[in-house]
Amino acid sequence: MSEVKQLNVVQAINQALHDAMAADPKVLVLGEEVGDKQEGGVMGVTKGLSTAFGERVRSTPISEQAIIGAAIGASLGGYRPVAEIMLMNFIAVPMDMITNHAAKLRFMSGGQTNVPIVIRTMTGVGFSTGGQHSDYLEAWFAHTAGIKVVAPSNPDDAYGLMRAAIEDDDPVLFIENLPTYWTPGPVSFQKVKLGQAKVALEGTDATVVAHSRMVVEALAAAKTLATEGISLEVVDLRTISPWDRATVLASAAKTGRAVVVHEAVKQFGIGAEIAAVIGEELWGKLKAPVQRLGGAFAPVPFSRPLEAAFAPTAADIAAAVRKAVTA
Amino acid sequence: MTSNHPKPDAATLLEIYKRATLIKQNDERIIKMMKAGKLVMPYYSPRGQEIIPSAISVSLDDDDYICTIYRGIHDMLAKGFPLGEMWAELAGKVSGTCKGKGGPMHLTCPSKGMMVTTGIVGSSMPIATGLGWAAKLDGKGRVSVANFGDGAANIGAFHESLNLAALWKLPVIFVCQNNQYAEHTRFADSTLVDKLSTRAAGYGMPGVTVDGNDPDAMFGAAKIAIDRARAGEGPTLIEAVTFRFNGHLLGEAGHYMDKELYAACQAKDPMPKLRARLIAEGIASEADLAATEAGIDAEIEKAVDAAMAAPFPDIVELKRDVFAEEIA
Ligand SMILES: Cc1ncc(C[n+]2csc(CCOP(=O)(O)OP(=O)(O)O)c2C)c(N)n1
Ligand SMILES: [Mg+2]
Repeated sequence: MSEVKQLNVVQAINQALHDAMAADPKVLVLGEEVGDKQEGGVMGVTKGLSTAFGERVRSTPISEQAIIGAAIGASLGGYRPVAEIMLMNFIAVPMDMITNHAAKLRFMSGGQTNVPIVIRTMTGVGFSTGGQHSDYLEAWFAHTAGIKVVAPSNPDDAYGLMRAAIEDDDPVLFIENLPTYWTPGPVSFQKVKLGQAKVALEGTDATVVAHSRMVVEALAAAKTLATEGISLEVVDLRTISPWDRATVLASAAKTGRAVVVHEAVKQFGIGAEIAAVIGEELWGKLKAPVQRLGGAFAPVPFSRPLEAAFAPTAADIAAAVRKAVTA
Repeated sequence: MTSNHPKPDAATLLEIYKRATLIKQNDERIIKMMKAGKLVMPYYSPRGQEIIPSAISVSLDDDDYICTIYRGIHDMLAKGFPLGEMWAELAGKVSGTCKGKGGPMHLTCPSKGMMVTTGIVGSSMPIATGLGWAAKLDGKGRVSVANFGDGAANIGAFHESLNLAALWKLPVIFVCQNNQYAEHTRFADSTLVDKLSTRAAGYGMPGVTVDGNDPDAMFGAAKIAIDRARAGEGPTLIEAVTFRFNGHLLGEAGHYMDKELYAACQAKDPMPKLRARLIAEGIASEADLAATEAGIDAEIEKAVDAAMAAPFPDIVELKRDVFAEEIA
């Protein structure tokens, strides 16, 4: 497809799954309620797939270990399953299957086997879903060798990263953001190579490194800062692990100031790794200390004002950038 | 057991003995090497459980899948796992089946259908279920065998796997090798059911408890389950009752062990029993068996020598096989 269409993230991922299943008969989809009998997923991301592809799309019992185990096994048998874990917090249940097995089988078998699965999951603050339905847990997986971690911020990347993730020969965790599910944007239907960040906005005074919904917040901050004469560059990581050091370091070297932002809890979050590498590599070249913004060191709260205060906002990002520029 | 229960013929029985003998003699060699300090590894001996995989695998082909556990060297050898690559892997050498990166708990050999060896209790089951799904989608009559212990029947993955395999009518044979202990815990101290096979009913699949050390019973139960799976009729749970003679982890003191049970089980060691039977039934002569055993020892010796002489992997292997692309 070469034309560009306006789609939201739900539609873009749905289209990517349709296209991948049509292109490769080995692609499978499984998870709770993914079939059309159950309305094609709680948010409709898998709508139409079971009708189009029959037995290759299977709704499962509420059995997260068996869902990931079945995906791993089917992948060892030559298939490319896309398994859905309805919400990211539920991924705590099949952690053994993901971290001890999916991520390690290639290495532990000396390269004899590999696990080309995609684990789709969804999360994010903003809908008052509280402590067990909102967390960003990407650091758990970025800390695990052998699994890739991807988190798109817009419909175009959602399509392109999903297609690339399915074709990848290693397990990929694909993190979707609930509050931005229905934000439309242009989709060009091009695959997006994993491991490549994107400069979402060019600027000269400071760099914000972000992923998923925090890219949206960073772009909003950039608008505010532009009115103050501060030119912000926004790097959208897109792939969290393995992350694109070259693009991040080039941007930070260019602007001399970096702020790393994520919605996940700041303490021991992926921002710590990125900030540390920027510090190690660009020591002496930076004009200000690298800053990190992230979620509070607390479970995500229910009450509206508390939830709103949990994750960084555009205003928080703008404030951090001002601090860096005036340092 | 019904009268139409399939029985191994003389040739099959002899084949079961050969596979079981390979397992037994290989185990003895491993222990000797470890005691001499020439092999350093965590070792979970399958001694005593030889008959189970030997009687199952005679009804399997190379492309049937199996998943097993840290104690599963018997399952692998019965399925035809190459000895040389196994020994090199046990020694951590680059010529090992996993280039020395997996070790005894993660031996893998896809060409023999040996897809996953896990060190996590219960985790062979969900993956074997997925292999069963792949086999069903392929439609070539392949089956998938999940091996696990009695202790693993109490972990959540057991429930999820059996339920899903039954629901999707997958060609999976769940083989619970009940050696009556999980680490230092007696079977009866972790569940109130006498027979784990009774749990199968809760998932809508057949379940059977057999004497895993009896080649006839084990062969028959496995054959029925495998035929059923190949015919597209779905999974079966087999509880194969057995005993492990070398405790949980080689080198343990074994104070937890019930001495009477141990003595009783040892008196019923299935290996000399099958050997005597082969001679009594005229299936093989003492001389035939002695020659077979010597041949196996020679094969093992060759594998050991090659493994000891082989080089260790290069340090660059740390960067390889993490992902398809080498880590920069
Ligand atoms: C999830 C998990 N919990 C605990 C352990 C530690 N552990 C290793 S083997 C074992 C006993 C398992 O017993 P069983 O399933 O009966 O198998 P057996 O060793 O007797 O063959 C335990 C508790 C583990 N490896 N994995
Ligand atoms: Mg046991």
